[in-house]
Amino acid sequence: MTAIPNPSRRKFNLGAALLTLLTLICALIWFFPIYWAMVTSLRTDDEAVSAGFSLIPANPTLSSFIYVIQNSNIGRWYLNSTITSVLITVITVFMAACCGYAISQLRFPGRTVLWWTILASFMVPVQALIVNHYVIMANVNLLNTYSGIILPMLLHPVTVIVYKQFFDGLPREYREAALMDGATEFQLLFRVFIPMNWGVTAALAIITFIGAWNAFLWPFLAASTEEMMTVTVGISQVQDAYGVAYARVLAGAVMAGLPVALAYLLFQRRVTQAITLSAGIKG
Amino acid sequence: MNSLRNQTLVAAVLVAPFVAIYSWMFLWPTVQMVQLSLTDAPLIGEGKYIGLANYERLIQDKTFGKAIWNTAYFVLLTVIPGTAAALAIALMVSRLKGWLQSLVLSAFFLPFVLPVTVVYLLWQWMFDIQFGIMQAVLEPIYGQTVNVWRRLPFFMPTVALLTIWWTNGFSILLFLAGLRNIPKELYEAASLDGATRWQAFSRITWPLIWPVTVLCLTIQLILQLKIFDQVYLFASGGRTQSTMVLVQYIFDQAFVHNDGGYAAAIAVALFVIVVAFSVFQYQILRIRGPK
Repeated sequence: MTAIPNPSRRKFNLGAALLTLLTLICALIWFFPIYWAMVTSLRTDDEAVSAGFSLIPANPTLSSFIYVIQNSNIGRWYLNSTITSVLITVITVFMAACCGYAISQLRFPGRTVLWWTILASFMVPVQALIVNHYVIMANVNLLNTYSGIILPMLLHPVTVIVYKQFFDGLPREYREAALMDGATEFQLLFRVFIPMNWGVTAALAIITFIGAWNAFLWPFLAASTEEMMTVTVGISQVQDAYGVAYARVLAGAVMAGLPVALAYLLFQRRVTQAITLSAGIKG
Repeated sequence: MNSLRNQTLVAAVLVAPFVAIYSWMFLWPTVQMVQLSLTDAPLIGEGKYIGLANYERLIQDKTFGKAIWNTAYFVLLTVIPGTAAALAIALMVSRLKGWLQSLVLSAFFLPFVLPVTVVYLLWQWMFDIQFGIMQAVLEPIYGQTVNVWRRLPFFMPTVALLTIWWTNGFSILLFLAGLRNIPKELYEAASLDGATRWQAFSRITWPLIWPVTVLCLTIQLILQLKIFDQVYLFASGGRTQSTMVLVQYIFDQAFVHNDGGYAAAIAVALFVIVVAFSVFQYQILRIRGPK
């Protein structure tokens, strides 16, 4: 560091400040649609269209939310979404941890074949299977049930891959020491490997939950009555019923987006970790 | 110590749930999809074997060609512009520090966690022909308000724009992780040598971030090939034929026209296209060297 003031340094700082300002403006523009939807949902339907582009609601009201809660099945949809998303998350993560552990830590016939099949299935488009998922679920009479919505959404080979690679990276000594002490493989997995790595499990669980809550195509096909719709599918139905009642439509949208937005805002670091892990970059 | 037999038994128990679901929900439907594509079966029910007739029909089907073209057009509109925008945003965000960085990153990332129907309702409001705030942007440029969901030239670019807005958080995170992995010393050394900002970017950042760029491009490419939700939602109520994309055509043939066999043939086509691109992705990623 020199004590002599450097003119080029001052110019550099001005540039940096301008760049920061530009970044903030871009961030505001990016966030604006979400803000605008929230503001609109706090208005009445008349106000939503008459208020023009005023950015702050003059008389914020929850009337649109109350209307949607009272006049649609959104409570039921919320329940459906919660049940299906939680079950999908728990089952997916549990199966992936077990399978990843076995492939990583145990030697058994068929291990390599299983691993390569999982890696290969990573590239298969699940959307191509919708017709046959529908046929299978129709044949076992599970259409329009929770099981029918959940089963085809349990395909997440990437969670197995992440677990396997993560368990691979752990020191062998833990396993050997625990086995010497007479621990079984199950105790090892559920008492040592998973508790030692809650972070990975939490990250995978959050991202699986967000994915399950947001899923559209399959729940849309599997739920044939309004009672069985998830909130993600359901709110597009509210819109058909209300026509151009934007405040109500957006109140429904805000309610549908709230759980996942909160999950992200509360667990930002875990979401980031899950995304970089599943893309194969150490973040 | 565990004997091999004991280990095999434990492993069998551990992998059983996954293998069961995987066989039932993935391997079995995949086999069935190919079988179904060789029949004239309706969605639910028996059909007779018709050989490759569905595939011959596919080659001559104008709507299928349209769906391929629209999907390719959508990929073109989203993949490269989206990745470029993500890199620019990541570069801007990576300069910031502490809480300001978290705040700005959340603003850019938040849309990614929203359900597609929320994105749909939100942008429908933004672009509403009478009350939409975006019409105030469109009108001075185009000279009049535009119903972007019903005017064909506007449809795909608008859906592409909001898809970039919606999904870009993913690429931004990957770029940020990549930028963080570039050693600071390189920039310090460059600045001591009197390198300008542009030189530092073109000689250090760009070559070192290139592998992440390739990763983002290929992930986006494969993701956007499977586009359905947004196109379906925004086109509903209009002439869906002209904006048809591949997955939507599967849906259309199976659930609207009750033509299971033909829908399965389209699904096989999608399957082959996506797997081909994935193998291509794998090869590209391998070229960058073993990690």
